Amino acid sequence: MNDLSASSQITYRAVPVRPAVARRIRGLSDQALAWLFITPTIVLLLAINIFPLVWTIYLSFTNYRANRANAPTIWLGTDWYQSILTDPDIWAAMQVTAHFVIWTVLIETVLGFGLALLIDKKFRGHGMWTTIILLPMMLSPAVVGNFWTFLYQPQIGLFNYVVAFFTGRDASSFQMLGDVTLSPWAIVIVDAWMWTPYVMLICLAGLRSIPDYIYEAAEVDRASNWRQFWSITLPMALPFIMLAVLFRGIENFKMFDMVNLLTGGGPGSTTEVASITLKRAAFESWRTGYSSAFAIILFVTVFGLANIYVKALNRVKSR
Amino acid sequence: MSASNAAHSIIEPSTGARRFAGLLVILYAIITMVPLAWIVLTSFKSPDDAISYPPKVVFKPSLEGYCNVFTTRSRQTQEFIQTLGSPQGLCDNIARSRNMVVAGPSNYVPRFINSLIIAFGSTALAVALGTLSAYGFSRFRVPLKDDLLFFILSTRMMPPIAVAIPIYLMYRTVGLSDTRVGMILLYTSVNVSLAVWLLKGFIDEIPREYEEAAMIDGYTRFQAFVKVVLPQATTGIAATAIFCLIFAWNEYAFAVLLTSGNAQTAPPFIPIIIGEGGQDWPAVAAGTTIFLVPIVVFTVLLRKHLLRGITFGAVRK
Repeated sequence: MNDLSASSQITYRAVPVRPAVARRIRGLSDQALAWLFITPTIVLLLAINIFPLVWTIYLSFTNYRANRANAPTIWLGTDWYQSILTDPDIWAAMQVTAHFVIWTVLIETVLGFGLALLIDKKFRGHGMWTTIILLPMMLSPAVVGNFWTFLYQPQIGLFNYVVAFFTGRDASSFQMLGDVTLSPWAIVIVDAWMWTPYVMLICLAGLRSIPDYIYEAAEVDRASNWRQFWSITLPMALPFIMLAVLFRGIENFKMFDMVNLLTGGGPGSTTEVASITLKRAAFESWRTGYSSAFAIILFVTVFGLANIYVKALNRVKSR
Repeated sequence: MSASNAAHSIIEPSTGARRFAGLLVILYAIITMVPLAWIVLTSFKSPDDAISYPPKVVFKPSLEGYCNVFTTRSRQTQEFIQTLGSPQGLCDNIARSRNMVVAGPSNYVPRFINSLIIAFGSTALAVALGTLSAYGFSRFRVPLKDDLLFFILSTRMMPPIAVAIPIYLMYRTVGLSDTRVGMILLYTSVNVSLAVWLLKGFIDEIPREYEEAAMIDGYTRFQAFVKVVLPQATTGIAATAIFCLIFAWNEYAFAVLLTSGNAQTAPPFIPIIIGEGGQDWPAVAAGTTIFLVPIVVFTVLLRKHLLRGITFGAVRK
């Protein structure tokens, strides 16, 4: 009897926990607290990101120049957009960007995935070596990129010396940063050096997310290693690889710091990626209206890619 | 337990395969370390050793690079140098051996201090704002939650140069150009998106029951947040803070476009360290080494959370 009443009391107390909690809250309601917590971030982003963005959109329809702030501003409509989208120089910059993005992403994916496969074999000391491999991606692309200009020096640079050592060519016979055909590859090499670990780390997570029992089942069915790789490893790691590819794609589409320090877009405009073109137009020729329009075009492109990126993120998350 | 171990063993790689994999990875690690090792080596070389051909691996170590990155020097005649007293300190000694005298401190220390103030200031702000929002998004029903979260993430996707154009105009109007406050606000706005996404993941992992228990004990929601959730989230907050710190520390595009003297950080300054007749590579290397050491330390501390940080909390492992 006593037992029964005690247990019924427990059930009575356990069921209405939520209303009891709600009644105990003094002061702010949950809803008010939620807004109090979230608003500062939204306000900051509106002030530092959205307001400037709206301003940029406005400027992109005008002939405004930041170095002649007092000159009358004329409304130009979509003139800048039309001239940018038909400008061969812009398309040349886009081609340089595409070359950079495609090659860096390709090299980083192949090397990164390969490294992840090797590290996943869990040899002795793999944790320490993984941390060492990850170092370059944490460092400042600008500061380290700047140092690569020293490694690339034709007379004294270590890179040229090593290439000369292995190929037998003269170390001063080629200029990685001064040559029209070599400089696009010089920036690809530095980017691949920095960001292969990034792809490796994400791929490694993908490989480790594959449950052991699938391989065990494959082993029982006597599937060859080759078959296991193509039927299990690759398809199951693919969402992670895609995530890394998309992220590198977006980041390298916006690439500025490392290229600015290595080549500054030169020689000529052979390494002038979109961000460098934009910087030259905005902060060297001070064509603010024109560069605003170009910035909006780039932003829309990145925004589209980001949309795909978030969808990919959600797919990985749901795994 | 032993059964699962036995079942596991059929997919374990063989010792040979493991050794071979290890060998290749170590080879890659060594190659990838060469440029970094070269930076440190160069920082201890004399200018002549730094530009010798073939490149020198064995050399007489010198602190000239470190002296040069911290001082400015002027060339003087032998007679003038003799009228001065005995050299003061190591750097003065090195300078005099090259017919120069130390004229004063360089701008490296002020730039480094700017880097510290801006990185720590923006990190503190971003983590504070990020923790609050992350808690809000994690625990409450917020209208348009997914859209707001996507909006927050998308601000980080903007190309920095595209953001820099209007920020330049805006800061010029409100008097924030080339100020530390302006840079702190800007870096905060970039970092807050990372902070919200990362911290939301960490806070999602803290069971709601903890707070509910505390609230049954008479805490308000806010007290429960401060006294129960925050201590549980310490690791996540620390990891997030380090990520924000590294971003702000490494940032170059905004710094080079929006600052010139007052608020300039180290990344735009290091590449323009020049000596007589071109770039003073040992000094650049010394400046770079000092700049990179904190990041290396942080990376080692962060290694367990790196994956999470670089994927905005999407991949947790």
